[in-house]
This record gives sequence, structure tokens and C-alpha cells, in this order.
Amino acid sequence: MIKRLALACLSLGLSTAALSQAQDEPPEVIGGSVRTSTAIAVPVMPGDVIGRQVAEVIASDLRSTGMFTPLGPSGLPSYSVEEAGNPAYPSWRNAGVAALVSGYIEPRPDGRMTVACYLHDVTAGRELVHQGFAVTGSDWRRAAHKCADLVYSRLSGQQPFLDTRVVYVAETGPKNNRQKRVAIMDSDGSNHRYLTIGRNTVVTPRFSPRGDRLVYVSYIGRKPRVLLYDVASGQERLLIPGDHITFAPRFSPDGRDVVYSMAENGNTDIYVVSASGGPPRRLTATPGADTSPSYSPDGRRIVFESDRSGNQQLYVMDADGSGQRRISFGGGRYASPSWSPAGNLIAFTKIAGPFRIGVMSPSGGGEKILTDGWQDEGPSWAPNGQFVMFHRTPQGAGAARLYAVSIEGGPARMMPTPVGGSDPSWSPLNN
Amino acid sequence: MNRTVLIGMTALALAIGGCAKRTPPPAEVTPPPAAEANPNSTDPNSLEVVELPALQADLVAKAGSDTVYFGTDEYSLDQATQTTLAAQARWMMANPNVRASIEGHCDERGTREYNQALGERRANAVRDYLLSQGVPAARLVTTSWGKERPVATGSNEEAWAQNRRAVTVIIR
Repeated sequence: MIKRLALACLSLGLSTAALSQAQDEPPEVIGGSVRTSTAIAVPVMPGDVIGRQVAEVIASDLRSTGMFTPLGPSGLPSYSVEEAGNPAYPSWRNAGVAALVSGYIEPRPDGRMTVACYLHDVTAGRELVHQGFAVTGSDWRRAAHKCADLVYSRLSGQQPFLDTRVVYVAETGPKNNRQKRVAIMDSDGSNHRYLTIGRNTVVTPRFSPRGDRLVYVSYIGRKPRVLLYDVASGQERLLIPGDHITFAPRFSPDGRDVVYSMAENGNTDIYVVSASGGPPRRLTATPGADTSPSYSPDGRRIVFESDRSGNQQLYVMDADGSGQRRISFGGGRYASPSWSPAGNLIAFTKIAGPFRIGVMSPSGGGEKILTDGWQDEGPSWAPNGQFVMFHRTPQGAGAARLYAVSIEGGPARMMPTPVGGSDPSWSPLNN
Repeated sequence: MNRTVLIGMTALALAIGGCAKRTPPPAEVTPPPAAEANPNSTDPNSLEVVELPALQADLVAKAGSDTVYFGTDEYSLDQATQTTLAAQARWMMANPNVRASIEGHCDERGTREYNQALGERRANAVRDYLLSQGVPAARLVTTSWGKERPVATGSNEEAWAQNRRAVTVIIR
């Protein structure tokens, strides 16, 4: 008799129901402290031939968090659909794993498939959480990422971040004739495609808060211009008409506005404009280069860099431009700030000889340097505020690459891009 | 599924200068002058700019250089630069039918967006000097390439010094 637990099914693409179970529970300590790497088994999922690839994506996602040592799917015993919810815990204990991700795949009457995902505490011999995901056949990767997010959230106590995308500038060609194209991919490197053709130099693409649009800078008519791009349709338009040098664009958290820099007569200031068009509103007016603005997640404040004091430092102001105050006072210069979606940290590029990625509190204290490259710059936050992506440029003529690093510390991990890359922007959680 | 929208094609301009001959000079193979850019247009196609390579070469030959250089994080003009720019200004006065795009560049040892601002400072400083030499403002535009277009590829002081520059690009 087939016994299946009734699943709370999340229909991808139809709803944005939160993974409620994961949010309320404290981190689960399995087989050791949360800081050591958890040995977690991810065997092939039964029920469909895609079950091996699903398990591979889950294992790869879990490895990327730095929290897990995934085993499998190769080399692990298989199990049946019926055993997904009721595994042989003693066998897994004997295999030396602390946790197990199991599940199954079954067709649905509407032509889609259900991917069921179970997380088990092998040491304690019990299930921790399960959820089902309804997806079309071509969207199976989304279900795998959602399952990995379920596991990660439950065991870390953090919000999910694996079911996301990255937009960045793909770089090819020699250093003195670099071809740059806006590219988009899943965070594990899959579904990679180019959004621009490489005729114009492009820099700094950034996602809108719902991940449906981008702003980016393209050199059109020999000037940097801010463009607004719709991801689904590929339609784009100039955001700020007129003959101006504009750059450093970012969306406001409500998606209604775009903050950016405009350079004129040797001076660069910060402006904001409605994403649907209209007259820009000026936010800064000091002599000096004010740029790299980034909103706080509540939309009330903006962090930016300015060299008004003599060199690049970080400043915070209210969203209407008032109350501008410096927050960086360590030795060295500070640039390209980005406010964490969790609100509690600001990431930045610190220039003190080498360029390194660091974080500090929004009041400027608690500075912590996260990377150790020669030229690391341009931080972008994962939506859960736990990881920062950036690009690392080597000395000499080689290409820059994207890296991700945890705010807890540890080595930066190179992102799987097909060619060189810079200026990454991490999407919000996919719907 | 999704398609990239091509955002326009550059109008190719072939300007063939005619010289005085008994036979009719070669026909100018140029497209009609670009329509005045609509300042409220949101169409990226409306912004394209046409370079003039033959005149660029003439500028270099007559003024000595189309490029001037800067110190680290600087946008001041030293004496050699001022001499070169004075010669560029004289060329501009002798060639009244073209404009110039003054383009600032930076070395790689700055962050991306700050360098976009610094490049504009450099371009602006050069433009101010050319204005002081009598070049009409309407004939000059400025832009910044930040660190996007290095000419020297090394990561050393020599390469960086070559990349900290402003280039006077002759445009229609």
C-alpha cells in the first residue's frame, strides 16, 4: 500500500507562499555545532528519470552554502517512493551522515509534476520538515532549488536564497578591447543567456525588487546612459532622456524609483527619478563626486560614497536627500556601498592598498573585511543578507571573475560563469 | 522565450574629402545629416554619434597629439598638457565644421563608478581649457569612459599612467 504524507504543495509560478515552517524554527543542531559542516546525504530521488539531476542540483546548492558536506547522489543506495517519508535511519546512521534529503517525483493530472522534498535528522531518527513543489517539466530546477532552500533554512535558521538569479556583465576579449554583455543566469550557473549583444560597453546591471526589470548603464553615443530593461519581454528604454552622463543606477525597494548619479561640469551628484518617467529630483549638491547610491530595505535612507572630504568615504542620507552624514572613519577609502536586504549591514569596497570587500553597521561601526584579493569590488547581497557577491580582478591582463562570500567568513567561492564577469547583482527570491 | 532587442545600429559614415581638381571631385558618400536629437526621446537610437577618422588623424598630425595625461586621482593640467591643448584649440578654430567629444579615462586602480565620475572631471577640465582658448562651447561635448577603455594592459605604474588620459575625439 502506498502511503504518502499529505503534502503542503507550493505551486511555483502561481503563488508566493512562504516556506512558513522554516521561518519559525530555531536552527537545528545536527551532529555537532551549526558552524561545522553537516554531512548530508542526497540520494537519487525516485519516481522519474529527472530524479538524479534533481538530487545533483540540491547537493550542489547545499555545498554552495558552505554549511554542508553533501554526499551523493552517486554512490548512495536507492530508495522507493514509499520510503521517502520513512527512511531506514539506522542504515543512514551507519553510513555516517547526520542528515538526509529524500523525496519523490510524480506526475500530476494537470500535466505538471510534483517534487516532494523531505529533510530528516538522521541522528535523532526523525523527519524535520517536508514540502511539495508543483512545477512544469521544464521548470524542474526551480523545484530542486526550493527543496535545497527548505533544507538550508530549516538547518540554519536563515531565510532562503538559493532559488535566485544573478545578472552581471560577461566579459570576453583582451583587456584593451573588452567586449561586455549583460548576462543573466540561475545562481548555480544554469539557464545562462546574454541580454545584450556586446556592441555597446555595458556596466552595473541591477535587479528591480521583484526581479522583473533591470536598470543598467550602456555607452550609447559615446556616453554612459541609464536604461530600464524588462526581463520577460526584452523591451528597454532610456530612463533619463536628454544629453547627460548618467550612471550608478539602483531601484528603490518599492520598485517605483531609480536613484543614480549624473556628472556635469566636473561635478557628480545623486538624483532620483520615477521608473515610469518624469523629472529627476536632485538629492545631493556638494562639490565632489557623489555616487554608488543604495537604498536601505525600508526605503527611508540611502547610503552612498562621496569624496567631498578629500577622498572616497561612505555617507548616509534620508531618501529625500536631507541629513547627509559620514559613517566611515577607518583608515583608507570606502566605495561602492550596498545596503543589506536584512537592513543590519552595509557592504562596501575598502581601498587600502588592495581592494577588499567588507561590511559595517549602518552607523559605521563593526567593520569586518571579508575577502583577500588584490582588487575585489562591487558587492551585491543575497536576498537573505547572509552572502555577498562581488567581482575579483587579477593583476595583469586576465579577466575578472564573480565570487560569493559568507558574512560569517570563510573563503570566497568562484561563481560558475561561462566567461569572465563583473558587476554582479543578486536577484530577490524567485516567485 | 525571451528575445534580446537590438538597440539600434550605428549609422556608418564614409566621409570622402574632395580636393580641387579639374574633374568633378568624388561624391561625398555620407548619409544626410542626422536629425536633431529629440531631447525627450527615450529611444536609444536617437543618441548615436559619428566619428571622423580622417580628421582625427589630421588633428594628431597638426596638434601633436589627441591625448593628454593626468596624475593619480588628479584632473589638473600640467604644462605639457596645456601646450598640447592650445594646439588642439588652434586646430579646432581652423576646422570650424566639426565638433569634438572630450573623453576622460581612468586607470584600473579605482572603483567602477568613482572612475566614471573622475573621467568626467578630466574631460571637463580639458573642455574648460579649450573654451579658454576660444573654442565655442557648442562645438564641445564631454563624456567619461571610466576605466572601461584602457590602452595599456599591464598592472603597473607605467600602464596606469598611459590609461589616465583625456582624448579629443573629432565627431560630426
